[in-house]
Amino acid sequence: MINEDPLRNVLYIDLSKRSFWIENRRDLFEQYIGGTGVAIKLLQKECRPNANPLGPDNPIVFAVGPLTGVFPLASKTVALFKSPLTGNLGESHAGGRSATAIRMAGYGAIVIKGTSETPVYLVINGDKVLFKDASALWGLKSSFTVGRIIREQEDGAGLRTIMRIGGAGEKMVSYACVITETYRHFGRLGLGAVFGSKKLKAVSVSGRRSIKVETPKTYRELYKEVFDRTVESPSMKKYHDLGTAVNISPLNELKALPTENLKRSHFEEAGRISGEAIAEKYLGRRVACSHCPVSCIHLATYREPYASEPYFYKTTMVGYDYELIYSFGTMLKISSPEGLLKTLDEVEKYGLDVMSTGVALAWATEAQERHLIPNDANNGAKIQLKWGDYNTYIKAIEYLTDQPNDFYKALARGVSYASSKYGGSEFALSFGGNEMPGYHTGPAAHIGHLIGSRHSHLDGAGYSVDQQNLKDPSKSTPENIAKALIDEEKWRQILSSLTICFFARGIYDTDTVLKTLSVLGYKLTKDDLTRIGGEILREKYQFKTREGFNPRNITIPKRILETPSPHGIISEDTIRKGIESATNILEKL
Amino acid sequence: MKRLAVVDVNLCVGCQGCLFACARRFGDAGLSRSAIHVKSAGGIERGFIVTVCRACLDPPCAKVCPTGALKPRAGGGVILIPQKCIGCGNCKSACTINAIFWDEDINKPAICTHCGYCVDFCPYGVLKLEEREGGGGIAT
Ligand code: SF4
Ligand code: SF4
Repeated sequence: MINEDPLRNVLYIDLSKRSFWIENRRDLFEQYIGGTGVAIKLLQKECRPNANPLGPDNPIVFAVGPLTGVFPLASKTVALFKSPLTGNLGESHAGGRSATAIRMAGYGAIVIKGTSETPVYLVINGDKVLFKDASALWGLKSSFTVGRIIREQEDGAGLRTIMRIGGAGEKMVSYACVITETYRHFGRLGLGAVFGSKKLKAVSVSGRRSIKVETPKTYRELYKEVFDRTVESPSMKKYHDLGTAVNISPLNELKALPTENLKRSHFEEAGRISGEAIAEKYLGRRVACSHCPVSCIHLATYREPYASEPYFYKTTMVGYDYELIYSFGTMLKISSPEGLLKTLDEVEKYGLDVMSTGVALAWATEAQERHLIPNDANNGAKIQLKWGDYNTYIKAIEYLTDQPNDFYKALARGVSYASSKYGGSEFALSFGGNEMPGYHTGPAAHIGHLIGSRHSHLDGAGYSVDQQNLKDPSKSTPENIAKALIDEEKWRQILSSLTICFFARGIYDTDTVLKTLSVLGYKLTKDDLTRIGGEILREKYQFKTREGFNPRNITIPKRILETPSPHGIISEDTIRKGIESATNILEKL
Repeated sequence: MKRLAVVDVNLCVGCQGCLFACARRFGDAGLSRSAIHVKSAGGIERGFIVTVCRACLDPPCAKVCPTGALKPRAGGGVILIPQKCIGCGNCKSACTINAIFWDEDINKPAICTHCGYCVDFCPYGVLKLEEREGGGGIAT
């Protein structure tokens, strides 16, 4: 890397001591590039083995990559921490302005350690770091309000990110998220709860630096080439026009769209909440993350009358994506688009991960159907959940945050925990402790969820392996699947170390990655990238193993073996063999 | 003479491609040298405010520069003569629409030259380089 590149600066903030300092970690950024690669090394060092995820020994590591602020679409921030949901590696990526803000403030990574005694929010503006009293903000359940207040209080409009938590983070719901720029999230695995445990209400970062490149002329030309390829690419059109919600209809037709807690994989009423349907009637605005020309963020507008006054309406903008429509629309069978938007707005307000919340409520609905939850008013379910009944689900979302009784306390810790208390683990859609994403495409998706380092669809993209294999089902063997997943996962370590948005994976092929990196003084080869990808993955599994992960003992939710997928009924044997093959590859990394 | 103009701010998605493009004029990455700004209009859901220099014919910024570092440009706006600039920031405060930004790296203003480089990097047609109505000129 180039000598003066500020990427090498790691900002350490100790909330217990209210101190901060900067360390030059050029070594790490040269060896592991940035993002995930650098963050896992920092986490290994800063997170004490067996640390309580909600205690002072669990650090939060944010990292960006060399291309951030330099080329388009290197627009993600990687957050690593120990997850309160799985008790293991927590990894979550978010866009908004978070990545460019961290890079423009002059950092490659930020490590937040310790716990504050009193509520605090951090303001990082270039090399200034302020610990601001957040007592007045603590207790604000709405993440929207927190954002509005800090927006008014702090400088840097347009250049800053404001990462914040709502009520769910404060109450340490295991899958509380961190919201940034209102519509982007560090969604999965409970970063919001870790913020809450540190009494950290928000982190605002801003800056306006420049970054030197080796050869300005090559840089400008290469930038234009990458930019032109992006705006002309079909995936840009796809993600811009309808966004990820475009996938609802095809996955539903394929019978791969988990519905009613995956009792089925097809929802008759999906047409009402498809990407097309919502765009036609409700799409109000598209917005982009900083330094991304695609602009895939879709905001729906819905108008709601006030009951108290005639002709008086509240108009709300609600972000929607494929996974949101899956987890509340099809999993809970909310087919009224307005009901769906209203519910999603509530989830957003409290700051919960929408996927885990939807899956948790789906499990709870089925558990109530089966009378597993005691019905006494004080310590039981309190409300009767019913598929499609969004008003009751809205109440339940509030209960998940407030946790008024044992049942909601348990549910706030995820379906794995709740089902260990109340029974019903056969239909608890938990993979390594994380709730299921919206793909019942076949064995590859589920093997990916089980062995993946985040237990998410983003690890290895099994859903895409399944869809490829549909063309030639003889290829869908456990060994092939395992190899495809891990090959993809190695490459994804490079992308997430560069913090390139996965939607741009078609643009940033090996050649483009090498060329763009060379502008910043990285002299790497294709072989280097393969090697580094493998090493980063190895480091992640080392952390996972250290914290007790053993893929061979992992629980397979029975429900996924009962409901037909596009590949038919998935056999436990295929899944076990896939896990075994994948584990063998991982052990040799 | 041409000047940069905002065609329709409602088309803006807030991608900030224009900000980064402007900084690249000088070959660097990042934002320090950028002479254009985009921020939300009080929350992203309300859309964006795109601030560009309006190329004033009688530029208030030039009037307050104590060293004459800002030379009125034919077609409106000003040209910075960096050697003369002492970094006092008077111009920044004088700009009615806050279209003068600060380049912390060199401690001098970042001012739009109406070159139009950013236009090519706005994917949504928010910006254009337009011929000034009436041809413009330097106000005297
Ligand atoms: S016209 Fe040129 S100087 Fe003005 S904002 Fe655009 S790129 Fe910058
Ligand atoms: S490039 Fe265009 S769409 Fe993007 S922020 Fe600038 S004006 Fe808005």
